[in-house]
Amino acid sequence: MGIRFVLMVNKQGQTRLAQYYEYLNLEERRALEGEIVRKCLARNEHQCSFVEHRNYKVVYRRYASLFFLVGVDNEENELAILEFIHLLVETMDRHFGNVCELDIMFHLEKAHFMLEEMVMNGCIVETSKSSILSPIQLMEKAS
Amino acid sequence: MAGGGPSLMDSLFQRSLDDLIKGLRLSSPDNKLNFISKSLDEIRREIKSTDPQTKSTALQKLTYLHSLHAVDMSFAAFHSVELSSSAIHSHKRVAFLSAALSFNPSTTDFILLLTHQLRKDLSSPNHHDVSLALSTISSICNPDLARDLTPELFTLLSSSKMFVRKKAIAAVLRVFEQYPDAVRVCFKRVVENLEGADMGVLSAVVGLFCELTVNEPRSYLPLAPEFYKILVDCRNNWVLIKVLKIFAKLAPLEPRLGKRVVEPICEHMGRTGAKSLAFECVRTIVTSLSEHESALKLAVEKMREFLLDDDPNLKYLGLQALAIVSEKHMWAVLENKELVVKALSDVDVNIKLEALRLVMSMVSEDNVMEICRILMSHALKSDPEFCNEILEFILLTCSRNVYEVIIDFDWYVSFLGEMARIPHCQKGREIEAQLVDIGMRVKDARLELVHVARDLVIDPALLGNLYIHGVLAAAAWVSGEYVELSRNPFELMEALLQPRTSLLPPSVRAVYIQSAFKVLTFCIYSYLGLNGDVASEPVSDTELDNDNVVITHKQTPSTSSSKHNLTQESIMSLLNLIETNLGPLAGSDEVEVQERASNVLGLIKLMKPRIIGGLNQSEEDKIKEELKASETIKLIYDAFSEELAPVSLNSQERVPIPDGLVLKENLNELEAICGDFKLPLSTSFSLVKTRMLEKDATSISECQSKEESEPSNESTSLLSEHRKRHGLYYLPSESKESVSNDYPPAHDPKDKAIDEAEDLVKLTEQSLVFKKKSNPLKPRPVVLRLDDGEKSNFVSKKLEVKEDLISGAVQEVLLGTEASTSSSISKLSKKSSKGVPELKDNTGNNDLSEVSLAGSGRKKHNKERKHKSSGKEKEEHNNKDKQKSDRRHSKHKSRQRADSALAAQSQVIPDFLL
Repeated sequence: MGIRFVLMVNKQGQTRLAQYYEYLNLEERRALEGEIVRKCLARNEHQCSFVEHRNYKVVYRRYASLFFLVGVDNEENELAILEFIHLLVETMDRHFGNVCELDIMFHLEKAHFMLEEMVMNGCIVETSKSSILSPIQLMEKAS
Repeated sequence: MAGGGPSLMDSLFQRSLDDLIKGLRLSSPDNKLNFISKSLDEIRREIKSTDPQTKSTALQKLTYLHSLHAVDMSFAAFHSVELSSSAIHSHKRVAFLSAALSFNPSTTDFILLLTHQLRKDLSSPNHHDVSLALSTISSICNPDLARDLTPELFTLLSSSKMFVRKKAIAAVLRVFEQYPDAVRVCFKRVVENLEGADMGVLSAVVGLFCELTVNEPRSYLPLAPEFYKILVDCRNNWVLIKVLKIFAKLAPLEPRLGKRVVEPICEHMGRTGAKSLAFECVRTIVTSLSEHESALKLAVEKMREFLLDDDPNLKYLGLQALAIVSEKHMWAVLENKELVVKALSDVDVNIKLEALRLVMSMVSEDNVMEICRILMSHALKSDPEFCNEILEFILLTCSRNVYEVIIDFDWYVSFLGEMARIPHCQKGREIEAQLVDIGMRVKDARLELVHVARDLVIDPALLGNLYIHGVLAAAAWVSGEYVELSRNPFELMEALLQPRTSLLPPSVRAVYIQSAFKVLTFCIYSYLGLNGDVASEPVSDTELDNDNVVITHKQTPSTSSSKHNLTQESIMSLLNLIETNLGPLAGSDEVEVQERASNVLGLIKLMKPRIIGGLNQSEEDKIKEELKASETIKLIYDAFSEELAPVSLNSQERVPIPDGLVLKENLNELEAICGDFKLPLSTSFSLVKTRMLEKDATSISECQSKEESEPSNESTSLLSEHRKRHGLYYLPSESKESVSNDYPPAHDPKDKAIDEAEDLVKLTEQSLVFKKKSNPLKPRPVVLRLDDGEKSNFVSKKLEVKEDLISGAVQEVLLGTEASTSSSISKLSKKSSKGVPELKDNTGNNDLSEVSLAGSGRKKHNKERKHKSSGKEKEEHNNKDKQKSDRRHSKHKSRQRADSALAAQSQVIPDFLL
């Protein structure tokens, strides 16, 4: 499994989105998020975007007040994951228009759907922004 | 509204998700939990509502709280299932999302209830429903679900909607993992998708194979041509990266494959502007294609580019790639050594660590001193955490394979001393072990070791540092054990007894006192002039006092400079010093300390009157007394001077079992008798304890000892019981494995060392950083090595013989390992693009096989027989395929290939595939 989890966390360390691709119970999730967020938040922008934690490699990137953290296994290409994070942000940007933390908070479900379109079972399956967004747009139209 | 059931009011005035979020934002941190539990109460009520909208909103809120505020939502599992059957797509989404985020595939029973709904949705004409169901399957699939839904997935794998097909492929990976039998059904369809033109589908299917090849690559070798085509033709970086990962796994299995792919990979590396792809090419080359020299050179160049880049990400990855390549091609690291050393002072600790790893991989006997010096200066400048990382690496590297890289042990020993003095040093334990180890192994290093130990023991400032108490214990032990090499035993004694030793933990203090005992023995021994036979050139001390009869001070052969005065006065003052310092300790409540102090005091009591000599005694008595004293002290001294040597971990195994001793019989019956006789687990050895216990337990042990004395059949279990309790005193018997832990041997010490040495000579000549500093005048001292146990008792990594059901099934499908046995019951596929066209009846997939099969079975069947009969024809097929391998779309050819794959076994495959 390439991608193990995707997290969005703000500067204060509050989780804004958490998607796991392997089952972890609540305590495990909370512990993992706490440790990783602490590690990543302590780093500055002159340091590299990769942190090894337990058996994960965490690739993270900061956009304004929001950190995007992706946990991958050691086989994964770190730079591709960085690009994936950027693609995710761009996709959300296109949908919400200048996306910010609040958009994700209030539209958590949509954020999950976008991720669902992009990643399945830990594999990246879609990388075209319009393909990712088209089902969501259809749904919006319908409702 | 009885019993808190849902009401119309709830539905009308239900808080929306937005309200919940706003409320959460407004509530203060203290109030938050309160707010959440209140909302949870509402949700519990609302979720029971019969109105799907109310239910859906409640579930939505609950999912939010679950995923961001860690609220347990297992109670709502049934409601998710219930809502999933809603006809409204958005409700369905809410339901499936909540399931995907909260269900535990292995324990949530409600997943079974979803089976029917999922099946329905998978066959729904609305492809959004289908896609939703597929996503859900990929996150909550368990073996039952996988088994039940395999037929639907099989159909979807060739769906005309690429959007659906892509997701089906992604979901099928999960199904394979949960239910390997699905491979037999679906694999062929998955493979067919490799030739699709749709990028989404291709990306999904390549991703799937990338995951599959990680575990058992060999099974996928037959698909190499398809992957090759993608590698050459595809221009999508995401897909290319995955294909490269596949080849990284396949290439080591088949050298010819490597030759084929190395060229396109280099092309990609040179052409692409995407760093991710370039890096993947580099990584593929260094991990799997490093024997291709020109490619490796290109990759190393690229790595250098990365290392020179300002982007810390590239720097980090460059170092990582370099680390991979360093295992086989040290020159690549040496070429970039100045960049690596520079990275040691990077702002990012992750980069520093990678650089450190690389620097340590460069260590050889020529440059070890230089490298250690550089690292030491880095360690002094670094923060405590990184400082200790550096120390750990140094200790590990230098002690590798019984100090393989160390030539100048005097240097290393004093370096260890220096390390211990670094304020942040927390590696006391390791330094301790190495000091003692070197003491026992390297005779020539002992003099320097004693000097280093003296400096450590004598420094009162060090006693306060908690982390180096272990080092001090080692230093004290060394000073006591090799006291005859010491310049000034008196000074040593003072150091061992200094008041600040009260800061030490009892276990260390016990070592101090024991060392004092040895030093004292040595002093009295020399005072009595008993070491004449040891010394090579006895030197009479000029400052002798007259009253002493035979005081000659002898210098031990290697002690260089100072002489110590051994007069009656000085000895007496020494004895007094000890008495004052250790007297109080005789009443210590720590057994170890108390006992050892008593030992020393006992010796003094014994010796003192004899050394003073009765003033009133006659000359004769005096001499007699002294003679007695000499005998005693000689006995003790001899006991101590017997050299300690390292003991092989295997040595106990070599002790022959005496005749008549039965070790393998069970002693269980003894349990009843001595069940209540349990020794406390002691971590430290003390005579007092056991003696006391012996007394207490005499009654029990009497009957026990009777039993024990006879070589009874129960002795083994007692022995093992005892061993369990007192494992400390046993030599480990399973030592073969543990040996390699202690001294991890280098990969191939001999051959590589030579190569590296040559490289390093070149390097050191050019470089300022790693200046060559060889000591041709000083040969490497003998390092005691035990012939058996320690010598590269290298346990080769156990190949994980993991029974991989998936790959087993894949092999079956691709190679037809069971072709001959199943030919009678198998039906044959109409379009067999790859591999064996068989779907076996006995797997219970009858209905499925029929979907893909048609009439042509007979014909194929015959063909198969033919192949079995004539091997030559097989080769013809192979040749044909070779010629036409570029046009393998046509069904006809691929069928031929499949046939030959069937007959020809796996070794032949790559030959005609490439």
